[in-house]
Amino acid sequence: MNRKALSLAIAATLFAGNLLADDFDPNAKDGGAAVITYQNDVATLDPAIGYDWQNWSMIKSLFDGLMDYKPGTTELTKNLASDYSISEDGTVYTFTLKKGVKFHNGRELKASDVKYSLERTVNPKTQSPGAGFFSSIVGYEDMAASKAEQLAGIEVVDDYTVRITLKSANATFLQVMAINFSFVVPKEEVEKWGADFGKHPVGTGAYSLAEWKLGQQILFKKNPDYFKAGLPHLDSIAFEVGQDPMVALLRLQKGEVDIAGDGVPPAKFLEFKNDPKFKSLVVTGDQLQTGYLTLKTTLPPFDNLKVRQAVNMAISKDRIVRIINGRAVPANQPLPPAMPGYDKDYKGYAYDVEGAKKLLAEAGFDKGFDTEMYVMNTDPQPRIAQAIQQDLAKVGVRVKIKSLAQANVIAAGGSKDQAPMVWSGGMAWIADFPDPSNFYGPILGCDSAVDGGWNWALYCNKSLDALAAKADSMAKPEQQAERTALWKKIFIDVMADAPWVPIFNEQRFTVRSSRMGGSDALYVDPVHIPVNYNYIYLK
Amino acid sequence: MLAFISRRIGYSLLILLGVTFITYLLLFMLPADPARQIAGRSATPEVVAGIRMQLGLDLPFYQQYANYLGNLVQGDLGRSYIQRSPVTELIGARLRPSLELMAAGIGFELLIGISLGVIAALRRDSWADKALMALSFIGVSAPQFIAAMLFLYFFAVQLDWFPMGGYGGFEHLLLPALTLGILGSGWYSRMVRSSMIEVLHQDFIRTARAKGLSRVRVVLRHVLPNAIVPVIPMIGIDIGIFMGGLVVVESVFGWPGIGQLTWQAIQQVDIPVIVGVTTVSAVAIVLGNLVADLVIPWVDPRIDIKKH
Repeated sequence: MNRKALSLAIAATLFAGNLLADDFDPNAKDGGAAVITYQNDVATLDPAIGYDWQNWSMIKSLFDGLMDYKPGTTELTKNLASDYSISEDGTVYTFTLKKGVKFHNGRELKASDVKYSLERTVNPKTQSPGAGFFSSIVGYEDMAASKAEQLAGIEVVDDYTVRITLKSANATFLQVMAINFSFVVPKEEVEKWGADFGKHPVGTGAYSLAEWKLGQQILFKKNPDYFKAGLPHLDSIAFEVGQDPMVALLRLQKGEVDIAGDGVPPAKFLEFKNDPKFKSLVVTGDQLQTGYLTLKTTLPPFDNLKVRQAVNMAISKDRIVRIINGRAVPANQPLPPAMPGYDKDYKGYAYDVEGAKKLLAEAGFDKGFDTEMYVMNTDPQPRIAQAIQQDLAKVGVRVKIKSLAQANVIAAGGSKDQAPMVWSGGMAWIADFPDPSNFYGPILGCDSAVDGGWNWALYCNKSLDALAAKADSMAKPEQQAERTALWKKIFIDVMADAPWVPIFNEQRFTVRSSRMGGSDALYVDPVHIPVNYNYIYLK
Repeated sequence: MLAFISRRIGYSLLILLGVTFITYLLLFMLPADPARQIAGRSATPEVVAGIRMQLGLDLPFYQQYANYLGNLVQGDLGRSYIQRSPVTELIGARLRPSLELMAAGIGFELLIGISLGVIAALRRDSWADKALMALSFIGVSAPQFIAAMLFLYFFAVQLDWFPMGGYGGFEHLLLPALTLGILGSGWYSRMVRSSMIEVLHQDFIRTARAKGLSRVRVVLRHVLPNAIVPVIPMIGIDIGIFMGGLVVVESVFGWPGIGQLTWQAIQQVDIPVIVGVTTVSAVAIVLGNLVADLVIPWVDPRIDIKKH
């Protein structure tokens, strides 16, 4: 017994000692200041509201959630939670919080803060774009309809324990607990600043906000009391806004800028990527994104499976990738390669003009047909649409392109009698969290095949919906492999119905100066988009 | 005098009312739904409806516009849909840099424009005159975006004379202000040239020369003050054109002014900011013209505003 206690104590010391260094990169150095530029103003740093690729990672560095991901990966880890347990039926999650975690104002984080923060996001008065992520919690409807002030499903057991009850088992709930909208905020600061909390953020994160000069610069300062010892590495980060992306690259060349946040402008991309001086500065990474063409399965002639398959075979994806200067890789299924559940062995519909013609003839369209394609009106989307138009013309399908503002394309996409084809570029779909379910429900499921929804093919396969529901109820850790396999099958089965033509998966390119250190994966982090500021350092 | 000013202020207010009405109407008709924009892609129709109600976007147009005017009178321009901060705060933070750039830019316009105009007029029909006028023509017709990029590349990157954009001291201000000054000076040099030539032909100039005054003294003391009068109302009109130049030049040089804010707001369809910036710009233009009208009689006492 004594021996056991001793070995436990030794293990604990070793573990704590290990925590002092960054266990992700032993070569990391501390200190220094980095300069990062962006063209647009940073909208808000309120975790309940910020929802663009510019503030997404900044918020992750100022605040924390119960869960997070291993840096540079899509692997879920515990963050503010020191432990969690899931009930047998998968509906009750009990989180134990780490002790001694302090907000930037010095107060310790308690379980009541977790409850408050989740309720704040769901509260309609907050106008959070992320409220819908929490719809699985008991009591969501009442609160969303302003009938209740609290979420009935969240219970503060004691200062360091919070229990969340779901309406039904939900395998994605831990992912939701890692999304920015679930991050913990201190009530007193939110009440102090009101609607301006986004300009005066106070969290528990690796950095705190030191200064915000509107339209000029945001300064992050290292949080010396950060609960993950040894992090962050940089003393400060200055985000300079209002910088033209071209000018930012010129300044990076001169050594005035460390990371050009907006990347390389499309027009300059090839020149930049092929220049030996810059080649080593560009980091390429995957994105949880798929660009696709939807075929409205309820609207003739796309209600005919053979027609949809023919369209899939008629489009040369390689050519489209060339049109956007190789900033993507061709796709053959809905899921992007970086997403769990992606099927490496699936070959998809090969490019085959003769085969497409034959299928169209079998479907009774040997003379082809006329149709319309809706597309967003900003470059490069219309150019991509034209490439698709030319490809389809070769098999006799005459496409009229409707190039419109984003809101109009989205509205037309969801309606029953319009938009037989929609090119998703510039709008859909980038995953909110790295789980395959996020690529099904909102864009392929029956529930989203409605007016105003995002399922623009109006695709509805009841048996696949049942399988998806089954997959999402597999919440236990030991079921995860089985669940991923099930999702893999669902997406390949979707392709048999061919409601989409998956075209490509966009890649991400970050440009950083030669003095920046840390694994390349940090600069194209799939979750901390675009860059994981907590782990990067100066060489 | 007082009657003149109050009448002009009355007109100005009417103009501003018209400007806000037109901007608000145009943006109201825009096929963008701010409520959906705020609610995000995972929102249910009920959530969108709730936000629409909170923002008062479900009200008919006249009611929305009346609310806007009511708030405007109290100095409240609403909150940005994207940044969620008060528009007055966003504009306020950028007012000073813009005014600095504007003052320096117009200063350079006048300095370059008037000196070139004077030289061209005195050397009329010489090769210098033709070269300067050709240059001014190129200046006013050059696309501002390209010209600003070229200036930045040549002077800041190649020659390394200036910092590459950003806000700070005088050295940061110089290049964008010079860009604006050189591009806009053409209007002034052409105007000064023609009005100088007109004055040079008048009898009192010949008299001044005949009584033995030096050429320099005649030009500075007798020609210029007479030739400059049409330039003053021109500055008032120019402020409006200048605003357009600010949008481009501020975006290229990373100058944290109103122009940059406008450019971002237009790209993001941030309606409250667009309306706010338009209103503030209209106020600036109206004020500029008012000041120009009041300055003229001070420069040329022959003009009597009481008659207008």
